[in-house]
Amino acid sequence: MKGIELYVAAAYVVLGPFVGGLLAGLDRVLSARLQGRVGPPLLQPFYDLRKLFSRRIAPVNLLQLPLVASHLVFAVLTGVLFFYGSDILLIIFVLTLASIFLILAAYSTGSPYGTIGAERELILMTAYEPMIIIALVALYGVAKSFNFYEILASDMPAYLYLPGIYVGLVYVLAMKLRKSPFDISTSHHAHQELVMGLTADMGGPALGMVELAHWYETTYLYALVLLLFGSSWIAAVVGLALTFFLIVLLDNTTARLKWKLTISIAWIVTLVAGAGNLIPFYLISRGTP
Amino acid sequence: MSKIERSPWLIHYDASSCNGCDIEVLACLTPIYDAERFGCIVTGDPKQADILLVTGSVNNLNAPILKNIYDQMPQPRAVVAIGACAYSGGVFAECYNVSGGVASAIPVDVYVPGCAAKPESILDGVVAAAGILREKERAMKKAGRAARKAGRGAKTRRVADARGEGSR
Repeated sequence: MKGIELYVAAAYVVLGPFVGGLLAGLDRVLSARLQGRVGPPLLQPFYDLRKLFSRRIAPVNLLQLPLVASHLVFAVLTGVLFFYGSDILLIIFVLTLASIFLILAAYSTGSPYGTIGAERELILMTAYEPMIIIALVALYGVAKSFNFYEILASDMPAYLYLPGIYVGLVYVLAMKLRKSPFDISTSHHAHQELVMGLTADMGGPALGMVELAHWYETTYLYALVLLLFGSSWIAAVVGLALTFFLIVLLDNTTARLKWKLTISIAWIVTLVAGAGNLIPFYLISRGTP
Repeated sequence: MSKIERSPWLIHYDASSCNGCDIEVLACLTPIYDAERFGCIVTGDPKQADILLVTGSVNNLNAPILKNIYDQMPQPRAVVAIGACAYSGGVFAECYNVSGGVASAIPVDVYVPGCAAKPESILDGVVAAAGILREKERAMKKAGRAARKAGRGAKTRRVADARGEGSR
């Protein structure tokens, strides 16, 4: 297994956006079909990105582009560390740093919509971080490791032991993937509550970089889900496809929540599904060494 | 196909429409008309938009707002004036405060007829505007290339002058 990490990390840097962009395209096509529409071409996100980077627009201030660029760099770094097999707990910190840069970029514009979007993004972070940490602690319980490859190589089918963790992870994944009902900080496509929220006043290349960073994030978030289904190839394929479909279905069948409801629901799910799974699992695994 | 033609993002501004055309603009996004087929996304931010859809007549209060939105859009950009009011002021043309159609405030590229305009014709207008964007993008590229060429020529001449080669 040694030596492969570097290649996977390098492949992630090159192929990560293609995987993320294809997933975004598949998401839009699937959403359109669920709504009875034809929908855009599968490669539409790539057309959008190419256009965004070809647009020439004066940034709102001197701080915006460097902050957005830092967001992109740290989003890539999170994935690189993840696939390089670094300690996953370290990765959580880098992931938070990437989000902080995006929030700072939104604050820097001074746009009221961007400011509300940034505040809501901070609220979302307090909602999803506990669940992600619980999920990693639970995975450590199964595989006795914080390393991506070691957890993946573990023979124990983690999804059988951690169904509650899976439910909680899908819940918070919807926040990280900016899906309804949790898209309170940005509002994509036709819904316009916050105009564009976090990405208000970001035009052309700045928005392109946010999109690109989002695709990198999408790739490693699904890799995080993969850790639960790492025991066999069939489990991995079925698990990932099910997760993708569940998230698109959730996105299309729910309306946006208010932020208070978002945070309370997320914490209830974290406590009931996450901790409710983790505590019995620990008690049982301590009994059978 | 050019970059911009494949993903024309829209921004919609209701100047002082009776909402008839606005409802039809929103109908374009529904499953029946499905504007996303053409790569359209409705955005609320003019900095992210390529095509400005305007409904209703222009008056002294909303003309500066309309111009502000238009000025925030990056070039190349296109404007689609939807409905009779956006063309000439429509039935409101004689009102004391109405200054006329959209063209009285900003340049218009495509007019969509109707009162209210049908979603099919609005989609037609958006596709026509995407084609106009392509032409504008090409013209901009051509102008940019010519400017760079002229700039490079000037630079080499300057270098030659500095070396004293230009005078020979």
